[in-house]
Amino acid sequence: MPAPIRLRELIRTIRTARTQAEEREMIQKECAAIRSSFREEDNTYRCRNVAKLLYMHMLGYPAHFGQLECLKLIASQKFTDKRIGYLGAMLLLDERQDVHLLMTNCIKNDLNHSTQYVQGLALCTLGCMGSSEMCRDLAGEVEKLLKTSNSYLRKKAALCAVHVIRKVPELMEMFLPATKNLLSEKNHGVLHTSVVLLTEMCERSPDMLSHFRKLVPQLVRILKNLIMSGYSPEHDVSGISDPFLQVRILRLLRILGRSDDDSSEAMNDILAQVATNTETSKNVGNAILYETVLTIMDIKSESGLRVLAINILGRFLLNNDKNIRYVALTSLLKTVQTDHNAVQRHRSTIVDCLKDLDVSIKRRAMELSFALVNGNNIRGMMKELLYFLDSCDPEFKADCASGVFLAAEKYAPSKRWHIDTIMRVLTTAGSYVRDDSVPNLIQLITNSVEMHAYTVQRLYKALLDDISQQPLVQVASWCIGEYGDLLVSGQCEEEEPIQVTEDEVLDVLEGLLVSNLSTPVTRGYSLTAIMKLSTRFSSVNRIKKVVSIYGSSIDVELQQRAVEYNALFKKYDHMRPALLERMPIMEKTASNGPTEIVQTNGETEPSMGESKHPPPIGQPANQANDLLDLLGGNDVPVIQTTMPTKTASSGGELLDLLGDLSLSGGPAPAPAPSVPTSQPTFLLDGISSQPLFNDIAAAGIPPMTAYNKNGLKIDFTFERANPNPNIAVITIHASNSTEADMTDFVFQAAVPKTFQLQLLSPSSNVVPALNQGTVTQVIRVLNPQKQQLRMRVKLTYTHKGSAFQDLSEVNNFPPQSWQ
Amino acid sequence: MIRAILIFNNHGKPRLSKFYEHYTEDTEQQIIRETFHLVSKRDENVCNFLEGGMLIGGSDYKLIYRHYATLYFVFCVDSSESELGILDLIQVFVETLDKCFENVCELDLIFHVDKVHNILAEMVMGGMVLETNMNEIIMQVDAQNKMENTFLWELFIGIKPEIGSNFK
Repeated sequence: MPAPIRLRELIRTIRTARTQAEEREMIQKECAAIRSSFREEDNTYRCRNVAKLLYMHMLGYPAHFGQLECLKLIASQKFTDKRIGYLGAMLLLDERQDVHLLMTNCIKNDLNHSTQYVQGLALCTLGCMGSSEMCRDLAGEVEKLLKTSNSYLRKKAALCAVHVIRKVPELMEMFLPATKNLLSEKNHGVLHTSVVLLTEMCERSPDMLSHFRKLVPQLVRILKNLIMSGYSPEHDVSGISDPFLQVRILRLLRILGRSDDDSSEAMNDILAQVATNTETSKNVGNAILYETVLTIMDIKSESGLRVLAINILGRFLLNNDKNIRYVALTSLLKTVQTDHNAVQRHRSTIVDCLKDLDVSIKRRAMELSFALVNGNNIRGMMKELLYFLDSCDPEFKADCASGVFLAAEKYAPSKRWHIDTIMRVLTTAGSYVRDDSVPNLIQLITNSVEMHAYTVQRLYKALLDDISQQPLVQVASWCIGEYGDLLVSGQCEEEEPIQVTEDEVLDVLEGLLVSNLSTPVTRGYSLTAIMKLSTRFSSVNRIKKVVSIYGSSIDVELQQRAVEYNALFKKYDHMRPALLERMPIMEKTASNGPTEIVQTNGETEPSMGESKHPPPIGQPANQANDLLDLLGGNDVPVIQTTMPTKTASSGGELLDLLGDLSLSGGPAPAPAPSVPTSQPTFLLDGISSQPLFNDIAAAGIPPMTAYNKNGLKIDFTFERANPNPNIAVITIHASNSTEADMTDFVFQAAVPKTFQLQLLSPSSNVVPALNQGTVTQVIRVLNPQKQQLRMRVKLTYTHKGSAFQDLSEVNNFPPQSWQ
Repeated sequence: MIRAILIFNNHGKPRLSKFYEHYTEDTEQQIIRETFHLVSKRDENVCNFLEGGMLIGGSDYKLIYRHYATLYFVFCVDSSESELGILDLIQVFVETLDKCFENVCELDLIFHVDKVHNILAEMVMGGMVLETNMNEIIMQVDAQNKMENTFLWELFIGIKPEIGSNFK
C-alpha cells in the first residue's frame, strides 16, 4: 500500500477541483484510502491521515470514523501524534459520544506528564470539551496544577477550572484554597486567567462574592500599577499597558461592588483616575473607558462620578468611529432608566443617529429615542420618529409603529395631534401595525367628539388616495359609516371642509367591497358602514340594492351580514333607525372594577337574534330600592339607569331588556345610560339616546369632605362634564384610618326630587386600613333646574367583625358644583 | 464567553472553524453559511458588531468581525465579553499569525490549518481568553514546534528521544 499522501498534497489537489462534484469525488476517494489505512493499524501515518481528515471535516464532510483514531494518537508517546490527536478530539468528539470517556485515562496521565507542553495539551482539551464525568474525575488534577509555580501551566489550569465549574458547579468549593495567592502572581497571563476564574466564581455563588470582596484593595492596587507603571514593552498595546487585563479587572470590580457600599467607595478613586487618564485616541483606550463607564453605572458610585460617566458616553456619541457610537448607544440604553435626566441632555445627538446608515446603530438609536420621549419633547421627537418611520427598513417598521402608538397615547398634547399622528403612521406603515391598533384608534376617535368631522374628512381623503393599507381602510370605513352625515354636510371646523356628495361616498365604500386589495375583514367593515349610512343618508334605495346583491355572496361572512341587513330593511324597518344610531362613548377597559364584564362579541356585529349582553348592573338598582325603603316620601330617590347598552328593540318580539329606557333619541333630561363596562367591539351598535360625553374637563371645582366619622373619611371631587353643563360628575374617595380593613363597603346616595342621580360601580368594596388605599365610585347628578345640591348618604360596612351602618346628610356642596 | 471563532474568505469558504459549544456537523456548516451571509452584506464603513443569526443563539449573542484583505475573522461572543476588547483580540491574533508565518496571507492559512489551530489554542481556551501577549504566545508556539521537530529528527536517525525538557 503506497504511503498516504501528505496533507499539503491533498489540499493542493482539492484546490484544483473546479466544481463541487469534483471536489466531492476527490474527497471520497481520499476518505476511502484513509479508511483502509486505519484498518491496517498503521502507526507511522496515522497522524498524517487524521490531519487530512480534520481538513475535510472543516470543509463540511463527515469525519466521524476518525474518532477512535484520535484516541489512539492521544495515547501515543510522540508529541506530534498527541498534538494532532488532541486537536482531533476537540474538533470531532463531544460529550454525546461515549467514545470520549476513553480519553479520561489518557488525559489523566498526560496531566502528570513531565513535559509541560503535554500537560498543556491535556489541560486545553479538558477545558474545551470535557464532559461532566470527565471533569469530576479530573478536577483534583486540575486543582493541583492550579497551585504549581509554572506560570504556563497555571494559567491553563485556571481556565480549565472555569470550565469544570461550569460543568459541575458543586466542585467550586474545591478550588477555593488554590485561589488564595493567585492575585500575587507577577505573570500577566496568570493574572488574567485568575481574574476570569474569580469572576466566574463570584457570578455563580453569592457566598463566594462576599468572600472575595476582601480582594478589592488588591485589585485596585494592581490596576493602579498598570496605569502608573509607564512604558512596559512586553505588555504594551498602542501605548497602554495590558489593556486586556485592565478591562478584566474592571469587570470583576463591577461585580464585587454591585450592591456593596464599602467596596464601591474603595473603588471610587481608581475609577475616576482611569476615566480621566486614559488616552482615547485609539480603540484600546476606548475599550477601557467603556468598561469603566459600565462599572461606574453599576456600582453604588457617587453622583459626580456618574455624571462623569455619562459625559464620557456623550463624547463617545460624537466620535467618528462607528463602533464607539454603537457601544455608547448600548450603554445609554442601559442607563436611561436610572439616570434619565443626564441622558436627556444628549437627546439631539441620539436623534441624529437615527439617520445613520448603519442598521445596528439605527436600531439602538430608535430604542433609546422611545425611552427618552416625555411630555416636554413629544412634539419634536415624534416628528423625527415619524420621519424615521417613513424611511426605515421594513424590519423596523413594526417596532417603530408600536412605539409611536405607545408614546402618543401616554404623552399626546392634544386630541387632534394624537389623531393626526396615528393617521400618519397608518398611511406610511399601515401594513406593519399590530392588530389591536384598529380598535384602539376607533375608541380614541369616538372619545374625541369634537374631532369627528375633522377625522372623518381626513380619513375619507386618505381613502381616496390609497386603499391598500388594511388597518387604515378599516378605520376609515368604520368612521364613514358612523359619521358620514358630518362628511356630506361639510361641517369641519379644523380644516377646509370638502364638498362630497352621498353618491361619492357610497362609490368609495362600494369600491372597497369589490377591490382585490381588501381582505374579508375589510369587506365586512365596509358593508356594515354602507348599512349604517342608510339612516344617515337619503339614498336608501341604492344601499338596499347593494345589500341585497351581497345576500348571495360566496363569502359566508358577507352573506350573513347582507341577509340580516336585508331582513332589517324588509321586516324590521321600524327598528332600523334605533339600531343604527350613533355609537356611545367607549370607556377604556381599565376603569371601574368588579362589574367589568367584558364580553367580547367577536369581530362581527350584532346579528338580529343576538342575546349576549353583560348582566345588568344589579347592585346600583338594589341600592336604589333600599334607599326608597329607607327614606320614605321626602326625597324621591334615584332613577337607576345603569342598564348596559346593547342590542335591543323598542318593541317586537325581540329582547325586551331595557324596558324603561327611552330609545329614540329622547330629550335631555332622560339620564344618559351609563356605559359601565367597556364595549370591546366598537362595531357593536348599541342603543344610546345621545352620544355620551367624553373628556371630562376638571372644571376647577374644589373637592370637599362629605363624611368623616369613626375613621372612615369620604371625599368628593368634582368634574364638570362637557358638553352638558347640567351634569355634575362626582367621584367619591373613601379612606380608612383605623387599623382594620372595612369590608363589604357599600355607598348609597339619594337626592331631592328635582335631581337625577346615577351611581356607577365602585372600584372595590374593601377599604384598606391605615389609609393604604381608597375606594372610588363615580356619581352622576343631573341638575337641570340648577337648584342647590343636597344629598343623603347611607354607608354600610363591616369593621372588625361587626356590621356598621350610618346615615348622613351632605349639605356643604360648593356652589360651583350646581350652578 | 466566546462561542465560536470562524475564518472564511470573501466567497464563504471556511479557512478555520472552531466551536466552543457543541453543535452537530450540519449545524456547524449552517452556522458558517449564515454568518457569511450576514457579514458579507455589510458595508465597509459600518460598525463591526452584528446581532447573531437565529442559529447560533439569537439575541444574546453578537458577531464581532474584522475584514482583512480576502479574509473575514468572526468571533461570536455572548454578553460577558467586552465588544471593543474582542476587536483588539482579533487584532492581536492576526498580528501573531503575521509574526509566525512571516507576512501571512490566505494561502498560509489554507496549507497550515493545524498550525493556526495551535496558535489559537494558546490564545483562547474553552471559549475564554488565555493569553494576550503576542510575544509570549509566539514563544510557546515555537517551543512546541521545536519539540515536534526534535521528535521527527531523532526518529529519523534512530535515537530514542528524551522527554523531559522544560522550556520556559
